[in-house]
Amino acid sequence: MSALPTTVDDVAMGLRAAGYLPGESTALVSYLAARLGKPVLVEGPAGVGKTELAKALSRYLGRRLVRLQCYEGLDEAKALYEWNYRKQLLRIQTEADGTGWDAVQDDIFGEEFLLSRPLLQAIAADEPVVLLIDEIDKTDQEFEAMLLELLSDFQITIPELGRIEARTHPVVLLTSNNTRELTEALKRRCLYLWLDYPATDHELQIVRLHAPDLSETVARKLVEVVQQVRELDLKKPPSIAESIDWARALLLLGADDISQDVFRETMSIIVKHRTDLDTVAERVGVRLVA
Amino acid sequence: MSRAQPSGPGGDDARRRRQRREPDARRGSFDAQILQLGEALRAEGVAIGTSELNDAFAALEQVRWTAPGDFRSALAATLAKSPEDRRVFDLVFERFFFRAAEAGALRHEVREADGDGITGGERIELENLRDQLLQAIRDGDDAAMRDLARLAIAAFGRRGEGSGVLGVDVQRIRRALGLRSEPGGPVQHGEAGVDGLPPLTREQVRRFEAHLRRELERAQIERTQALPPSRPLTDLDRALPTGPLQDLAAVHRVVAQLKRRLATRGHETRGHRRHAHVDVRRTMRASLQTGGVPVVLKYRPRRPRRPELYVLCDVSTSVTSASVFFLSVLHALHDAFRKMRSFVFVERISEVTGVFERERSFRAASEAISKDAGVADVSGYTDYGRVWSEFLTQVEDDLHPRATVIVLGDARTNGRDPRADVFARIADRAGRTFWLNPEPRLYWNYGDSVIATYERFCEAHECWTTRQLEDFVKALTRPAWD
Repeated sequence: MSALPTTVDDVAMGLRAAGYLPGESTALVSYLAARLGKPVLVEGPAGVGKTELAKALSRYLGRRLVRLQCYEGLDEAKALYEWNYRKQLLRIQTEADGTGWDAVQDDIFGEEFLLSRPLLQAIAADEPVVLLIDEIDKTDQEFEAMLLELLSDFQITIPELGRIEARTHPVVLLTSNNTRELTEALKRRCLYLWLDYPATDHELQIVRLHAPDLSETVARKLVEVVQQVRELDLKKPPSIAESIDWARALLLLGADDISQDVFRETMSIIVKHRTDLDTVAERVGVRLVA
Repeated sequence: MSRAQPSGPGGDDARRRRQRREPDARRGSFDAQILQLGEALRAEGVAIGTSELNDAFAALEQVRWTAPGDFRSALAATLAKSPEDRRVFDLVFERFFFRAAEAGALRHEVREADGDGITGGERIELENLRDQLLQAIRDGDDAAMRDLARLAIAAFGRRGEGSGVLGVDVQRIRRALGLRSEPGGPVQHGEAGVDGLPPLTREQVRRFEAHLRRELERAQIERTQALPPSRPLTDLDRALPTGPLQDLAAVHRVVAQLKRRLATRGHETRGHRRHAHVDVRRTMRASLQTGGVPVVLKYRPRRPRRPELYVLCDVSTSVTSASVFFLSVLHALHDAFRKMRSFVFVERISEVTGVFERERSFRAASEAISKDAGVADVSGYTDYGRVWSEFLTQVEDDLHPRATVIVLGDARTNGRDPRADVFARIADRAGRTFWLNPEPRLYWNYGDSVIATYERFCEAHECWTTRQLEDFVKALTRPAWD
């Protein structure tokens, strides 16, 4: 089992080394999650690095990342486990006539015939893992209820096999875009982390980390423009990932300043709706130097 | 003081809890404070169970208590688990520990050096103070803001001049400092806006005001030697700092969810209720995997049934405040549903499906509707009876049991005939009928509101916030039989 972090600063530094700049409480909550062994519910607008946090944690802790992407209609068979019944069937067919039912039954409900899905994988892994349950808000409430056993006791009950308990303690992150209210029961079992768009300086650091060749002045201007754009009423405000994409694009174009022309040509990287494009051009574009 | 005592998950938790129940001379009072904070949060409607408090204590074991940021984040992560709760938590946390500290100061008779707290402001130059203050506000430097707030109080709020009402004093000092807030826009500060720096935002000014208020309160407590009674948070405190336009995004989000629910709900139930048709070709193909034994039956895909929506939206003067909200609901619905017809009405009805299909932007759509939707309103008063008859004439042939009719309106008929019989016919022909009323339930059926008459034929919901819209979505997608 890999060593647990001993101070909050350790986590902050570790995450930074893994290429993720944690905000004020991000490092603290990650630290608590690792120490207390509680799952973390991460909420915030799209594109503030919720999924990225899980990846960075897995890199920092040196653990494998097991990811479960949620969607509408996701069920146990896809998330937990499924019996490989084709194989079971073939097994029955090849059975000699004389074998009793009991023997066959014991046989076909063994681990050999179990297809394990992400949640079971995370529980049954020999090495501790980081389990990411992405966009939990996309699933139905029934699925949340199914997660409860896993999140509080780290165990899964399979009727034919019995209870499978975690051999190691995974760090669990659940992300949500807050498109629907999650149940109280689920929240009660989790620590809560709210990630928001970062402040100017913090975002500048992030952009500089991912596009180190971009000059300081351009990077600062870029971040300031992005922050202004976020304050407008847009269908989809630009995310951190998009700031980084924009920074890289500017780098490729070799732009040494964000002028009106450059902005007009490249703003489709950060703004992705036609109506938003008009608004941004009107409100932000004109303020830049020609 | 470092308390980073690693403790395995489970294990000695129980022992720790047992210890806690017995009053402990050293730590007992602090634990009690945390419990009281929990109580204060509960009083503000944050759902905190015993398990949350246990988590909070467990988390506090792991962090340094001396770092205020860590302490607060650890409590926040375990106690406040939604953006709304987080907002309440921040407010309550500030208040609670401010009061706790002041109460402690009173108990131990700790006082500031000279009598009533804050003096020394007489010699301060106003210009200088303002410049420093603007700098501090821009930097978000809380310590400097606090010091400057004290200076400002000393300069402007000498004893005798204060009105005794904190809110009034705060605003008076803010005005005297020339920090002005423009309604709706960014905040200007006197003539200094020309110096090239970006104007202060509303949030920045609010933050300074909070410091000002706190220091005034501290001075008051010093003077009176007593804590003022605590007051519950108002809705204004509680509201997240959002503009009306961010609500638009929220409405869109709820409607997107509505669409998903409508699309998948029916799906689950259909399989149980009706038989499915086996797709022989695909079943045979699949059977190759199992040696020609058709183990897996493949069914013909059943096209999900697209709900058809008819939405009627009241845009008369009695619902002016709500109509922006309603129009944004309408707008969002149009983004989400293909088969949808929308109507607006005052005295008569007019179809605006085309407007929404043409205009993707909400602002343009609402302008187009107010300009040329052709809502023939002679009097400007809603005539529900007439609206029903006209609606029925227009769509009678298209209504069918799979259609959903949603009415957005306050059901105030201005004393005209409600024609519930016509409405009943609409509700009868359509599969489901919903009514969203922008008035609080308390006002229903008072005055000329006749919602009860219509409620017999449809499901009526109170709806004037996005949260209520969400509740409606839940009701709408609930299976019909519960």
